[in-house]
Amino acid sequence: MILLKLFWSFFQIGLFSIGGGMAAIPLIQNQVVSINGWLTLTEFTDLVTIAEMTPGPIGINSATFVGIRIAGLPGAIAATAGCVLPSCIIAAILAWVYYRFKNLAVAQGVLDALRPAIVALIASAGLTILILAIFGEGGFKADIKEINFVSVLIFVSSLFVLRKWKVNPVFVMLGAGIIGGAIYMFC
Amino acid sequence: MKDKKKKVYLKLFTSAFYLSAFTFGGGYVIIPLMKRKFADELKWIEEKEMLNLTAIAQSSPGPVAVNAAMLLGYRVAGAPGALVTVLGTILPPFITLSVVSLFYAAFRDNPIVNAVLKGTQAGVAAVIADVSLSLGKNVVKERDILSVIIMAAVFVLIFFLKVNVMLIILACAIIGAARILFKMKKEAKGGDEQ
Repeated sequence: MILLKLFWSFFQIGLFSIGGGMAAIPLIQNQVVSINGWLTLTEFTDLVTIAEMTPGPIGINSATFVGIRIAGLPGAIAATAGCVLPSCIIAAILAWVYYRFKNLAVAQGVLDALRPAIVALIASAGLTILILAIFGEGGFKADIKEINFVSVLIFVSSLFVLRKWKVNPVFVMLGAGIIGGAIYMFC
Repeated sequence: MKDKKKKVYLKLFTSAFYLSAFTFGGGYVIIPLMKRKFADELKWIEEKEMLNLTAIAQSSPGPVAVNAAMLLGYRVAGAPGALVTVLGTILPPFITLSVVSLFYAAFRDNPIVNAVLKGTQAGVAAVIADVSLSLGKNVVKERDILSVIIMAAVFVLIFFLKVNVMLIILACAIIGAARILFKMKKEAKGGDEQ
């Protein structure tokens, strides 16, 4: 039963994450944290960190990570299969349409309208993680005492470095982990 | 003949495995590497066709690298080719994350690991914010008012009103399809009149 649930959740993630890269993050968050409660928001953020630091698509990384934690190796296989199945089927259909009619105009049109939506989805996921970093699992509070100023400082300086020098994100996350970790350990 | 086929499958699998194991940063990084390997080096596919397959892979949902692997494998060696190429692409992250998730459970409560992961949270938020800013800037630059409205509306719907993500994607897909079909119809009509 749990295997079927994992398969179905990641099937939906695979089916609705369009645009590659970070576009999958809000869908994974929705299925794994909000709907099924398989991970806490903190664990989910760890997963994003791990996925960014290891090779491979974030969808596969999450499917394996969540699947194995919930139902061992069979869980990982069920979730991964669910994640790739819809995209393989749809890519095959699109390829057939393309070779038949040499035209992808409708698919491109759909993608054009989805692009701004995906930007908003990614921004929303980023803001959720920022609120977690600043206020903890409890969420946003309008109270200055609840603000984690170390996180604010790390966020602002990381964003500055990324915007200004276009540094590889992996190094920024590593740097944030080392500097932040040192501050948390010793202060 | 049979041996030759086996060799192709093996080469597809090992190439995909190697590319997937050493590519950090997802679809946008792995596709140029696939092109270099399969079009420039092995000459199994023409460059122009590779570009078309890339466009299809990016228009399909799901991980772009897996889609590209599937299409490429199929083009080179049919359905079995698609299967081995997809497997080759999936296995490296599958193995890596299986190992990581074992360590994660053992190490998460360690105070040092805990402090480092707490530190990365703000860094991850910054990485995502950076991506959102770059992508958002591109959307605004297109000067398409509908795109800007969609972007703003979706943010409010998702972040404040917690509307289901999948409903929003479906709605936007329908808007996009309707707009392009309407445009095509208009163009076809314009062509008739001339």
